[in-house]
Amino acid sequence: MTEQTQTPPAPETGRAAGTESDGDALLQVTDLVRHFPVTRGVVFRHKVGAVRAVDGINLSVARGRTLGLVGESGCGKTTTGRLLTRLDEPTSGQIVIDGHDVTHLRAGQMRPMRREIQMIFQDPYSSLNPRHTVGAIVGAPLRLQKVNVAGGVKRNVQELLELVGLNPEHYNRYPHEFSGGQRQRIGIARTLALRPKLIVADEPVSALDVSIQAQVINLLEDLQDELGLTYVVIAHDLSVVRHISDQVAVMYLGKIVEIADRDKLYFKPRHPYTVALLSAVPVPEPLSSPTGQRERRQRIRLEGDVPSPLLPPPACRFHTRCWKAQAICRTEEPPLRELIPGHQVACHFPENTPQVPEGSPESTPQPA
Amino acid sequence: MAPLLEVSDLRIQFQTDDGLVRAVDGLSFTLERGRTLGIVGESGSGKSVTSMGIMGLHQGTKARITGYIRLDGEDLVSASPARVRELRGSKMSMIFQDPLSSLHPYYTVGAQIMEAYRVHNKVSKQAARNHAVDLLGRVGIPTPESRLDDYPHQFSGGMRQRVMIAMALSCDPELLIADEPTTALDVTVQAQILDLISTLQSEFGSAVIIITHDLGVVAELSDDILVMYAGRIAEYGAAADIFGRPDHPYTWGLLASMPRLDRARETRLVPIPGTPPSLIRVPPGCPFHPRCRYTELVGGHRCQTDVPPLREAVTPGHAAACHLTADQRARQWADLSADKLPGEVQADEAAGEPEAREPV
Repeated sequence: MTEQTQTPPAPETGRAAGTESDGDALLQVTDLVRHFPVTRGVVFRHKVGAVRAVDGINLSVARGRTLGLVGESGCGKTTTGRLLTRLDEPTSGQIVIDGHDVTHLRAGQMRPMRREIQMIFQDPYSSLNPRHTVGAIVGAPLRLQKVNVAGGVKRNVQELLELVGLNPEHYNRYPHEFSGGQRQRIGIARTLALRPKLIVADEPVSALDVSIQAQVINLLEDLQDELGLTYVVIAHDLSVVRHISDQVAVMYLGKIVEIADRDKLYFKPRHPYTVALLSAVPVPEPLSSPTGQRERRQRIRLEGDVPSPLLPPPACRFHTRCWKAQAICRTEEPPLRELIPGHQVACHFPENTPQVPEGSPESTPQPA
Repeated sequence: MAPLLEVSDLRIQFQTDDGLVRAVDGLSFTLERGRTLGIVGESGSGKSVTSMGIMGLHQGTKARITGYIRLDGEDLVSASPARVRELRGSKMSMIFQDPLSSLHPYYTVGAQIMEAYRVHNKVSKQAARNHAVDLLGRVGIPTPESRLDDYPHQFSGGMRQRVMIAMALSCDPELLIADEPTTALDVTVQAQILDLISTLQSEFGSAVIIITHDLGVVAELSDDILVMYAGRIAEYGAAADIFGRPDHPYTWGLLASMPRLDRARETRLVPIPGTPPSLIRVPPGCPFHPRCRYTELVGGHRCQTDVPPLREAVTPGHAAACHLTADQRARQWADLSADKLPGEVQADEAAGEPEAREPV
């Protein structure tokens, strides 16, 4: 039964149609939907509604690149990550990883694919078993997948520890002996054990101190260069996402509202929600002058909270908080369409899209 | 006029099985009425312990507190628990990080706001209720009359934090401590809450201490900033000075290690090497020296042996605890702000000396 090779056998589902055209995409997601049913009743459970956590998203990540997924809590970014790694079953849609359709694979069929996709978790305290040594934790994927590695599991684990900047002699230590940043490195070493192609990192640095965040971000970047990894980074911190991503998707209530190359999105955000999100980030630049006179930074302030994904607003989901909303926003859902090459927006009245031609000096100044 | 809050040589220690934890180690600062002080630091730097010490929340625990905390001239360290209890909630109050766990799930928010108010003021239930409605309205909760009888779980995170703020302001405190008030919130809601705190401050005229690890949040609200490291002050000064001309290698490290939206994207972040020290075994000398890139410039191993005093360097009121001379620091910061990596800087400075530093 032991698998002798490192290459995963092709699942019987075979190559998915439509991926040939997008040859270099390692990950291709089409119309992905995840609705969590809400039920009433104890004996006779009946469905009374659904939390539309992810409601039809399309993504494609090229090999060796990084996609950043940003949004506020409840926007479905974590659910998306769990769907991509198939820790959760999509309601509908299609996920194609490296040419293999993994959307509805059963646990057993999925197992060989697990070598290709791994996940980095947010909380380095709860994602490591406190009763296992570092060696056991990092070596677990190798044992579970019954991989025969040259030189044995122990040597392999020690190489991995070295790769993520930990002392390989700490093989026999327990997680509590490490600091938060070091634990996150242990988690990353475990993620790398099977040499995956795609890594989904869900808030990889948000539990870490500021000074440690930079260490882990740099490590992720180095590993990408060294091992040719493809990342999907899920984060709420817009500055971290800008630093690490090549492409950024902004989610709001289960939908992608804007997706673009990093520089395009941050320099000229088009969706009003992205504009508001960017302008809400506090900037480490003093506001008060020495005289004590406080100037307020010009900001777009969104009113209220994100509506419940149980009953998302009809048509454009952002219209309840949008300052540009008009009648059409309440009746017709704006499709995600490409405004300029590489920049897709789902909005009837996108920002930074002046009447003057694209790229002329009269274009609206960028906010924040 | 005497400052509202005067903390001098505050030390808070906890005896544990592993040894003595020096959570706060000789902290001194003052806060005037109507001003906002931002306390920044990483986890374990002693910032929350300090705020709880001011609020008298270490009373009845094993904490050993020495030094003075004078609120309006009255020492809180030696005050009786009953007296601190009288002051807590009326003269000083606190907003906690997680509004869900700091509100009681069994009571309506109205009951919780009214309780705080009625403990300190002899008023009828109806008067307290009217006061609570008024407060909820002022913190921006729509239809406060009906929301008053809702339970905490019926509010969203941002709204819960507004309830917490209403509760903290119920007795018109002179000192308001906000411990990570927006860390649990989303960025658009965070912006709303920061606005609210700042508007209410100018309305109520309270002095505010805002404790956070987020330099952006501090910059947004603070007049003065205190950077803490390992229970001590690393740097203290006006916000404009701290961000404009930071004077401590730790502050430089913090500023360089965070990706920023207001600047062009750096190709690479410059992290602070190593990890924050354990408060049981604080490094001797300057607590930051094992992570500092500039110890070689000081020479004579002073960083490893002598605790640097907090000294004013150039601007009055702007002090840093570092052995580097003012000239050296000015030069290093100039290099850093010109986007030169600290490694290169060091190579220039320590000319001739081979660079042999332990990788951390």
